[in-house]
Amino acid sequence: MNAVDRRDFLRGAGFATAAAALPTEASAGIARPPKEISPQAVGMLYDSTLCIGCKACVAACKAANNMPPDIPQHLTDWNEDTWDTPEDLSGRTLNVIKVYRNGTAEQKDHEINGFAFVKRHCLHCVDPSCVSVCPVSAMQKDEVTGIVTHDPDRCIGCRYCVYGCPFGVPQFDFNNPLGKIAKCQFCSHLQKKGQIPACCDVCPTGASLFGPVKEIEQEIERRLTAAPGTPHEFPRGKIGENRPPNAATIPHYVKGIYGEHEAGGTQVRYLAGIPFPKLGLPTLGRQSPASLSEGMQHTLYHWLIAPVVAFLGFAFLARRNMAQHADDEAPKS
Amino acid sequence: MSTATPLRRSLITPTTLVLVALVVIAFYFLGVRFLFGLGAVANINSGYPWGIWVVVDVIIGTAFGCGGFAMALLVYIFNRGQYHPLMRPALLSGLFGYTLGGFAVIFDLGRYWHAYNLLLPWYIQPNSVMLEVALCVMAYVVVLWIEFAPAFLERLGLTGIKRVLDRWMFVFAALGVLLPTMHQSSLGSMLLVMGYKLSPLWFTLWLPALFVISALAMGYAVVMFEATVVSKTFSLPSEHALISKLSLVVGCITVGWLVLRWVDLFARDAVPLAFVGSVSVFLFWVENALFLFAALVFVTPAGRASPRASLLAAVALLAGGSLYRLDAYLVGYQPLSNWSYFPSVPELMVSIGVISLEILLYLVFIKTLPVLHGDAAHR
Repeated sequence: MNAVDRRDFLRGAGFATAAAALPTEASAGIARPPKEISPQAVGMLYDSTLCIGCKACVAACKAANNMPPDIPQHLTDWNEDTWDTPEDLSGRTLNVIKVYRNGTAEQKDHEINGFAFVKRHCLHCVDPSCVSVCPVSAMQKDEVTGIVTHDPDRCIGCRYCVYGCPFGVPQFDFNNPLGKIAKCQFCSHLQKKGQIPACCDVCPTGASLFGPVKEIEQEIERRLTAAPGTPHEFPRGKIGENRPPNAATIPHYVKGIYGEHEAGGTQVRYLAGIPFPKLGLPTLGRQSPASLSEGMQHTLYHWLIAPVVAFLGFAFLARRNMAQHADDEAPKS
Repeated sequence: MSTATPLRRSLITPTTLVLVALVVIAFYFLGVRFLFGLGAVANINSGYPWGIWVVVDVIIGTAFGCGGFAMALLVYIFNRGQYHPLMRPALLSGLFGYTLGGFAVIFDLGRYWHAYNLLLPWYIQPNSVMLEVALCVMAYVVVLWIEFAPAFLERLGLTGIKRVLDRWMFVFAALGVLLPTMHQSSLGSMLLVMGYKLSPLWFTLWLPALFVISALAMGYAVVMFEATVVSKTFSLPSEHALISKLSLVVGCITVGWLVLRWVDLFARDAVPLAFVGSVSVFLFWVENALFLFAALVFVTPAGRASPRASLLAAVALLAGGSLYRLDAYLVGYQPLSNWSYFPSVPELMVSIGVISLEILLYLVFIKTLPVLHGDAAHR
């Protein structure tokens, strides 16, 4: 379990400037309209205040997706390929639990002298950059469920998705000559069989909760409107499923729902007891990066009119000028 | 019509032997890369998935290959026939800049055995800027070989084919201007999706324009650099008269680039960020200073008249344009957590090997094919 690095806090500040500088106003004419979330979209709520850091989700994810153990270089002295100890997402890890620590780290979900957990994996963007940048359609977003999947049989390994993802999610396995992109696909193979993502299935406290985005949003609303300290039955596994809930009380949440608007919105949402940047979640604006880059390409290459006109113009001039040169130089040769 | 001739010089010289050695070293490390994975050779990582193999070999390398593009625009579109003697060497450097850029892409691709998926209509994803770059660069490599083909045909004495090709050359000349305009601007557009990860000193909607304009300037700078170095090295008559005329064109383009760059920075209120102490800000100023130096030399008559100053300015322009690309793709880029990147020695050796191969092939070609004008042996 890796401490959320201190540079992440600084990162938050750096991002704020970058985000502010996203030329939303100037780009109004260029950016294409933002994509809308599918009415049947499925999503997840990760409630950091419920997470106890047991990492059952990390182990279940590995088993469900057949991923190898991940042992960082500096731990190999005492950990010889037996204990899966990922510190971050990697080519071998699709889902990871990280911890925020401050001072004496005595109280859970306290920013000062406290600690808090965060779970990182794909947020399944409404308007994903990875799908937009992929040249060979290896990244796809399901039109109904909105799940973003990856097909290694199409992937050419250019890693533009790794470079472009605003959340730092897709990973390439650099240590394998036949390496692949690794990324959470919301256990879509299990969902096809009527099951739910492995991380939500095993979560003992309901910190990772699966369900349709609409119902997730209602549950978030219930938690945020209730006064801290009120008893609440936190559903576990899948919303609306008849598992015994986790009966506890409403904690002190920080303002906001991470993922509601970030980079055009995501289908995974976060609630937390400490500010999201402290958990290493990047501070992002509302604009989806893909809407800007695609808008620019669609403007420049609309029906290929500009390139075709330019070609015809160039060809006309080149033909005329070349004929002239031939005449000029003919007597000399 | 052409008075270009092969240079009658030995192919084996100390320079070519050093270049061959560097190429061999690069191929050794490429072997390691193919056996053990990208991570065994390169320092690229989850935070910096693209390293110098992408940025130097492809993004900067193809800008160095823009000589053919820049000269074709001047000679064929703007009808400046007097520059024709510079055309073939320019095309030749473009040929290798681009062909080896394409080769570099293959060994940088993590799943290179799927590279042909880029050509399968049922897989391609038209919203991807990278797809546009990939297809456009592939097409342009073919166009460059066709544009250069007359040199082969002359050498082989295939005048019949050459005559037919000459008649249709205007099509390839037009493509040779259109395609680089498209993909060099798209190399800037590739960063438009990076708004949350790229410093505002580089992130702007004008990235495509800034990339294509600087590629054009670098293209002319390559031609000037090459013409000067080649005529010095092989004691050919100086092309300086031609180059000093070209300088004014390059000077105006460079001034245009600087104006666009700075008006945009002011318009976005990004200028205060240029006064924060950091490595990237330092390199931002170096980059702009190099462009400014080149512009000042090229727009002043005294600067243009001096072969020495012109050569320095051409080098400054190449360095500035390269640094601009390196900054936009790597230095001004902010990964999401505490990742850092600096190329490993084997990684550097591969890039150095690619550049050496480019220079080596250039030397072989000018010595075996009619590329250069005015070899003393033939006058």
